[in-house]
Amino acid sequence: MADPEIKSYEPHHESQSAAVTESRPVRVALTTVTLVFLGVFLLLPLIIVFKEAFAKGVGAYFQSLGDADTRSAIRLTLLVAAISVPLNLVFGLSAAWAIAKFEFKGKAFLTTLIDLPFSVSPVISGLVYVLLFGAQGLLGEWLKAHGIQILFAVPGIVLATVFVTFPFVARELIPLMQEQGNGDEEAALSLGANGWQAFWYVTLPNIKWGLLYGVLLCNARAMGEFGAVSVVSGHIRGLTNTMPLHVEILYNEYNAVGAFAVASLLAGLALVTLVLKTLLEMRYGAEIAATRGH
Amino acid sequence: MTTAPAHAGWRFRQPSVIPGFGLTLGFSLAYLTLIILIPLSGLIWRSAALGWTDFWALATDRRTLKALEISFGTAFIAAAVNVVFGTLVAWVLVRYRFPGRRVVDAMVDLPFALPTAVAGIALTTLYAPTGWLGKLLMPLGLKVAYTPLGIIVALVFIGLPFVVRTVQPIMEELDKEVEEAAATLGASRFQIITRVLFPGLAPAVITGFSLAFARGVGEYGSVIFIAGNLPYKSEIAPLLIVIRLEEYNYPAATAIAAIMLALSFAMLLLINLVQTWSRKRYG
Repeated sequence: MADPEIKSYEPHHESQSAAVTESRPVRVALTTVTLVFLGVFLLLPLIIVFKEAFAKGVGAYFQSLGDADTRSAIRLTLLVAAISVPLNLVFGLSAAWAIAKFEFKGKAFLTTLIDLPFSVSPVISGLVYVLLFGAQGLLGEWLKAHGIQILFAVPGIVLATVFVTFPFVARELIPLMQEQGNGDEEAALSLGANGWQAFWYVTLPNIKWGLLYGVLLCNARAMGEFGAVSVVSGHIRGLTNTMPLHVEILYNEYNAVGAFAVASLLAGLALVTLVLKTLLEMRYGAEIAATRGH
Repeated sequence: MTTAPAHAGWRFRQPSVIPGFGLTLGFSLAYLTLIILIPLSGLIWRSAALGWTDFWALATDRRTLKALEISFGTAFIAAAVNVVFGTLVAWVLVRYRFPGRRVVDAMVDLPFALPTAVAGIALTTLYAPTGWLGKLLMPLGLKVAYTPLGIIVALVFIGLPFVVRTVQPIMEELDKEVEEAAATLGASRFQIITRVLFPGLAPAVITGFSLAFARGVGEYGSVIFIAGNLPYKSEIAPLLIVIRLEEYNYPAATAIAAIMLALSFAMLLLINLVQTWSRKRYG
């Protein structure tokens, strides 16, 4: 094969022939446009959060974080995430077990229903609970008569958060467990394990990284949710204000340092989430389902 | 649907040795019903209870129509912008090698991870007339903050990863040999991109567009800070729902929400049809 055409052919990505990649100036131009676009749209907003938070110095930053209302907002956010993430974790495991391990009628429809909250506006996710539990709501009278407070209280905030973070764990686990099949569990059962043992010692180790990935995304959204929580919270300072809601209140009071100080904590959470997510993808890419991103 | 097995072959589920079907499906359905289905049907029930005349009057209210127009219009433009830049970002990340590519790749997910309220105040500060970007755009006569343009900027931020993350995996799987074949047959690079590569990417691009669009229509947190929220000018539909709720005008809030849901589902259905068509056409 002395044909020069074939000799000059190089299969590697880095050194392609001109026919299957763009010329160097075009590549440089496209890369530059991309980096400038991402710099302006993604990086600048992130930088400005920290710049504004420290605009009046480190002292003012920590002083505004030490504020009693801010601390109570942080506690409430942690509490809400600590309740809603485990709930959706249990649901995700349960739904993935039913959907991935069994063949039954209506499975595709059920999978579609699980994704439903993603196509509903967060404001509407909050509204549905107001219509249910509010003073003019379907259950409003009954709740009032029994002295149960759901709206403008922690239960309402938890419910709204559970609604918007509902699909995260399930949609991560379903494709992963479908891909892994039933072989391992069937082997365990035939060797005498019971159902719980098969789940605990066989399934769970197989899906642990995918599960962690789903929980990570679920938690980020749970702590950061704004629209749905805003509708059901009632914005009572020190009582029903989560961190994102507190950011809004401080910002509207022209307390820029305070607003951006709380925002910087949330931005830090986002950065930690991104780093862990990237590490999980790099290290355990094969053990995380193909559905990346959402 | 038959409730009883009509003929011998009908089974609700295939037999399996794996236990726990009843428990897990039962729990999942109960949880789904309690958290999602009952509250959502409450919304539908409430809007049905309004009666047709009342519903129509609320739905055709001028401020409501304008808010819906702004929400769907800005979401459409932002999703279109994201199709262009999202595809470009995916292309550069998949095809080119440059220092820091991994970090840039990870950064693309920032809008998923950053709480919307944080994005909202950060973008507003940047694009305000005194902000870093606002200052630069002012002399050009471009006002972004507190205008509909600001809504588009916020929705571009929110929607970008939807397009990148949908298109990127498909781009990674594109077979280089097809491009080489086209090149050996004498196609120019431009022809290869437009005639060989893009048709294969079309379904993914449409999916990315629809995800970004659906998210943009419902987006609230990042928009309300930068929009200025002037009725008839920069007031989005989700904000109008909140305003009606704060006025204890439940019927109006319900009506707007019902229209938004119906329009979103109609739009998703339409996009699904377009997608099926483009898969058949270019598959």
